[in-house]
Amino acid sequence: MTTALSHGLWACPCCRRLCRPSAGNRGGAGRCPRCGATAHPRKPDSLSRTWAFLIAAATLYVPANLLPVMQTSSLLGSSRDTIISGVVYFWTSGSPGLALLIFSVSILVPLIKLGALAYLAFSVRRPGATGPHRLGRLYRAVELAGRWSMLDVFVIALMVGMVRFRTLATIEAGPGAAAFGAVVVLSMLAAASFDPRLLWDASGPSSHEH
Amino acid sequence: MTAGAEASPPASAGPADDRLVACPECDRLHVRVPLRAGEKARCVRCGTVLQSAPYWRPDQMLALVMAALIAFLLANACPILELRVQGSISSATLLDAVLTLWREDRQLVAVLVFATGLLAPLADLLAMTALLAAVLAGRRPAYFAPLLRLIQQIRPWGMIEVLMLGVLVSLIKLSHLAQVVPGVALWAFIALTVLLAVVLSYDPRCLWELPAGRKGAA
Ligand SMILES: [Zn+2]
Ligand SMILES: [Zn+2]
Repeated sequence: MTTALSHGLWACPCCRRLCRPSAGNRGGAGRCPRCGATAHPRKPDSLSRTWAFLIAAATLYVPANLLPVMQTSSLLGSSRDTIISGVVYFWTSGSPGLALLIFSVSILVPLIKLGALAYLAFSVRRPGATGPHRLGRLYRAVELAGRWSMLDVFVIALMVGMVRFRTLATIEAGPGAAAFGAVVVLSMLAAASFDPRLLWDASGPSSHEH
Repeated sequence: MTAGAEASPPASAGPADDRLVACPECDRLHVRVPLRAGEKARCVRCGTVLQSAPYWRPDQMLALVMAALIAFLLANACPILELRVQGSISSATLLDAVLTLWREDRQLVAVLVFATGLLAPLADLLAMTALLAAVLAGRRPAYFAPLLRLIQQIRPWGMIEVLMLGVLVSLIKLSHLAQVVPGVALWAFIALTVLLAVVLSYDPRCLWELPAGRKGAA
């Protein structure tokens, strides 16, 4: 198998130049001769970091969905919205497309992302039926989709900033918004900590090419 | 689209490791291939992009980055929307929204929106300006490598396209509550999203391949 690591080469994480660490330094860290970034054979502590961020994100996923993300107060009274009640509002007020969009990026994407990353981290330790080709594709999809979960955070921020009628109505961000933002950041950090090259390392030299 | 050539094991590689490139997703070694503008080389094993030759020349890219900076300034200096209810008017810029969140003790949300909607895209554009200007002047100054590292670090956190969708969703949501008049910043945001999509498709790592000390556009 012709991987960079099997030839004693490390790719710089920043500029991708291949570095040849000194003989006594295999497994540690070295400096990229071109850009000066710290290069490692693989992302350091990839799996334990991924799990740590995943567990933190999964824990905060609960308050993010249960606590109100937005509190509206107007002359007609006040209301508290969770992410789900925001989706229901769009569904009942004649915008089913928007309801589906918010439901997908705010509820489905974080859940699928956490599940997929856990499955990927698990697959490194116990290579199973799914080959590295499909797992690699899953990783790329998860990395791309995750950022769209920020949509609801932006919507809340804009609603809060825009609706400033002193006496008529105000909108405030609820505690759920912070929890939800933290879920998005933590799951992005989890994806960034995961090293997809481990999937190929784990599948061994037998993994076929095409 | 061309596939990277098979790598012959480098017997005495040393500094000649410049000729090789490893797949960032699967670590497969490939020999670098010369590419024409707009071409990409993909990994033979997993299909990840290994090298991409930019479609735009550095001087054209600099013009696009400057245009994006102007759109960025307009998008953040002007109110995004104006709301009207029974004669009273309410409007805000993105920074106003961030400050309101901060004052209402939602610092975490405020920082998150500020970092992903304002700071990261602005830093990316400014860093690109400095890098492209240096390349066009035929220099590789001391800040070259740190700025390239900075771009690599912050790019995943810039979320203008998500913010753009957020603006549209809140526009629809607010139109249920009040009369909504789109502001200048709304159009600037649309322009910024398009320009930034082009800027972000430019991998500044290709600037390493340009010979230092000569006029950039090869
Ligand atoms: Zn480097
Ligand atoms: Zn590959």
